[in-house]
Amino acid sequence: MSFVRDTYLPAAPPPPPSVGALGWVGQNLFSSPGNGLLTLLGLFILWLGVPPFIEWTLLNAVWRGTGREACLVEGAGACWAFVAAKLGQFVYGRYTFEERWRVDLVFFIGALTVALLMWERLPKRYYLALFGVLVYPILAFILLTGGVFGLPVVETSLWGGLLLTFVVAAVGITVSLPLGIFLALGRRSQLPVLRLLSVVYIEVWRGVPLITVLFMASVMLPLFLPPGVNFDKLLRVLIGVTLFSAAYMAEVVRGGLQAIPRGQYEAASALGLGFWKANLLIVMPQALRMVIPSIVNTFIGLFKDTTLVMIVGLFDFLGSIQVNFSDATWAAPQTAATGYVFAALIFWIICFSMSRYSVRVERRLNEGTRRE
Amino acid sequence: MQKQPPWNDPRVRGWFFQMAAVLLAAGFFFNVASNTLDNLRQLNVASGFGFLEHTAGFGISQSLIEYSEASTYGRAFLVALLNTLLVAGFGIILATVLGFVIGIARLSPNWLLSRLAGVYIEVFRNIPLLLQILFWYTAVLSNLPRPRESLQAGSFLLNNRGLYMPAPIAEAGFGYVLWAFVIAVFASLILWRYSQWRRANAGAGLPVLWCTAGLLTGLPVLVYLITGAPMHFETPELHGFNFSGGLRAMPEFLALLFALSIYTAAFIAEIVRAGIQSVNWGQNEAGLALGLRRKDVLRLIVIPQALRVIIPPLTSQFLNLTKNSSLAAALAYPELASVFAGTVLNQTGQAIEVLAITMAVYLSLSLATSFAMNLYNSRIVLVER
Repeated sequence: MSFVRDTYLPAAPPPPPSVGALGWVGQNLFSSPGNGLLTLLGLFILWLGVPPFIEWTLLNAVWRGTGREACLVEGAGACWAFVAAKLGQFVYGRYTFEERWRVDLVFFIGALTVALLMWERLPKRYYLALFGVLVYPILAFILLTGGVFGLPVVETSLWGGLLLTFVVAAVGITVSLPLGIFLALGRRSQLPVLRLLSVVYIEVWRGVPLITVLFMASVMLPLFLPPGVNFDKLLRVLIGVTLFSAAYMAEVVRGGLQAIPRGQYEAASALGLGFWKANLLIVMPQALRMVIPSIVNTFIGLFKDTTLVMIVGLFDFLGSIQVNFSDATWAAPQTAATGYVFAALIFWIICFSMSRYSVRVERRLNEGTRRE
Repeated sequence: MQKQPPWNDPRVRGWFFQMAAVLLAAGFFFNVASNTLDNLRQLNVASGFGFLEHTAGFGISQSLIEYSEASTYGRAFLVALLNTLLVAGFGIILATVLGFVIGIARLSPNWLLSRLAGVYIEVFRNIPLLLQILFWYTAVLSNLPRPRESLQAGSFLLNNRGLYMPAPIAEAGFGYVLWAFVIAVFASLILWRYSQWRRANAGAGLPVLWCTAGLLTGLPVLVYLITGAPMHFETPELHGFNFSGGLRAMPEFLALLFALSIYTAAFIAEIVRAGIQSVNWGQNEAGLALGLRRKDVLRLIVIPQALRVIIPPLTSQFLNLTKNSSLAAALAYPELASVFAGTVLNQTGQAIEVLAITMAVYLSLSLATSFAMNLYNSRIVLVER
C-alpha cells in the first residue's frame, strides 16, 4: 500500500475576486477603501465632463444650415454648420479662390513627402529628405507666390488660415535648425569672442516672450533697414519667429553635443580631420540623431506658438477663425465656442501625433543601448 | 619639424575668426544704428526715455497702486508690471498645486485616476495656450449670466463682469497680526534648523511639520483674538445693474489665470512624474530596510531626491508662465505687454525705447531666475568620487 499520490490534482480555481473583469476591477480600482473613494471621484469627474461634452459636440449639435437661424435654436449645441460654411477661409485665408489648387498641391506634396519619410524601410530615404529640405521649399514658394510660369501673383497679405500656420511653422523650423547648429557650435567654441556672442544671442532671445519679438519684428525691423526699403509683413514675422526659435534650437543641439564623449573628438583629430570635417562627419551625425525627439518637441512648441502671429495682425488658422466670429450671418451664442473647439481639435491632432512620433523615435534610438 | 604656414596655425586662425566675428557684429550694429537714426529723423519721432515723465492720458482697468489718466507713463509702467507679477504669482501657485496633484495622480495605482491624469496632460499640453486663453474668455466667461442672475456661492459671485469676493478691510491694530505672522515665520525657520541639528547629533528630529503649521496659524489667530478681531469683510452689493464693494477679479484676469495655470499644470505634472520615477526603487527598499516608516521614507529619502530632479525644470516652467502672461495682449488684461508694447507704443511711437524696456523686464526676470538656478544646482549637485 502506498500513500504517494501519482497524479496531480486538478488546480483549484483562483478565488473569485482575483481573475477576470471583476478581479481586474478589484485590484486596480477598489484595492483599498481610499482607492475606492478615488475611483468614485474619477467616475464623478467623468460623469461631470463627458456626457455634457458629447451632448454639446454631437447630440445637440447643428450640422446643417445657411445662417445663424439654424444655430439659434433653444438648447442647441455646437454650430458645426458655421465651420462647414467657413472651412475654405479657415484653410486658405483670403487666398484667391481660383488659385487654391496651388495650395492644395503644396499641401499634397508636403504630406506625401512626410508620409514617405516616416516609412522607415523606404529605400534611398536620404534623397527624399534632401528633396524635402532643398527642393520642396523652392517649389512651394514658386507655387504659393506665383509670378512665373504664367501663374498669377498672389500677395502674401491674402495668405491665411491653416496655410499661413504651416508656412510660419515650416519656415521657422527649417531655417532655425542650421542657425541653431552654428550657435550651438559657437557656444561650445574655445574662442572666447565667438562663445560670448553666441551666449548673449541665445540667452537674450530665450529670455524674452515671443510676443515682444513679434512686436519688434513688425514695428522695429522697418526702422533698422535703410530708409525706403520695406518688406512684407509676413516676411518680417518669419524673420522674428526664425531668430527666436534658433536660440531654442541651439540649446537643443548643444544638449546633443554635450552627450558626445570627448573620445569622438579626439579620434576625429587623430584621423587628421579638421574642425569642420570632424563636426560634419563624426560629431553632428551622432549629436543630431540623439536630439531628434527634442527637435520634434521644439517644433511642437513652435507650431503652437504660430498662433501668436494673430496678435500682430496676420490671420493664421486661429486668427481666421476668430475673425469670422464677427460675421453677422453667423452671430449665435455657440459660434465662438464651436470655432475654438474646432481649432483646438485640429491643433491637438497635429501636435499629439507629432509627440507620439517623437516618443517612437526616442524608443527606436534607445534600442541599441537598452539592456534587457 | 616642418614649419607650418601661419594660416594653418590654430591660434592664428582663432584670432582671425574672432576678429572677423567682431567686425561683422560691429558693422551690423553700426549699420542698424545709422539706419535707425536716419529713419527716426525722417519720421520726426522723439527719442530717449523722457517720455516716461509725460502724462499718459489713458485709463487702466485694473491697478494695484493708485493710477489715473493724469499719471505719467512711468506710473503706467509700474501698474502694468505689478499686474504681470500678480497674474504670474497666482498662476504659479495654482499651476504648481494642480500640477503636483495631477503628476501624483498619474502615478497612482488606481487605473482610472492615472488614465484621467494622462488624458488631462495630453489634452492641455497639445492645444496652443492662446487658443485656451481665448476660449476661456470668449466662450466661457463672456457667456456667464448678467450681474442680476449671478452664480452665487456664499459671498462669492460669478457673472459676466467677473468674480466678486468679499474684501477684507483691516482696522486699527491689524498690524499686530501681521507682525505675529512674521515672527511665526522666523520662529519656524529657527525650529527647522534646530530640528536638523538635532537629527544630525541626537538621532531624532522634532515633528517640525506640525509645529510649523501650528505656529503659522496659531500665533496670528491668537493675536487676532487678543486685539479684538480688528478686521471685517465688505461684501459686494447689487446696485442697479452692477455690484459695488468687495473685491472684483476681471474676466480678462480670470481667463488668463485659468488658461495659464491649466496649461502649465500639464507640463508640471509631467515634470513631477518624471522626478518621482527617477528615484530608484532600491532607495525605497533601502529606507524600509533601515527601519524607517513608510512616510519617513517618503519624506526623508524619496522626496529630497525627487526634488533635485524636479526643481530646475519646474523653475523654467514658472519662467515660461511669466513670459506667457504676455499673451494677455490678445485680451484687454492690462499687463506689461498689452499696456506697454501695445497702448504706450501706439501713443508715443517710440518703438525702440518701449520695446527695450519691455524686453529688459522679461530678460532680467529670466536671467535672475537662471542665476538662482545655477546657485541651487551647484549646491545640490551629486558629489561623486
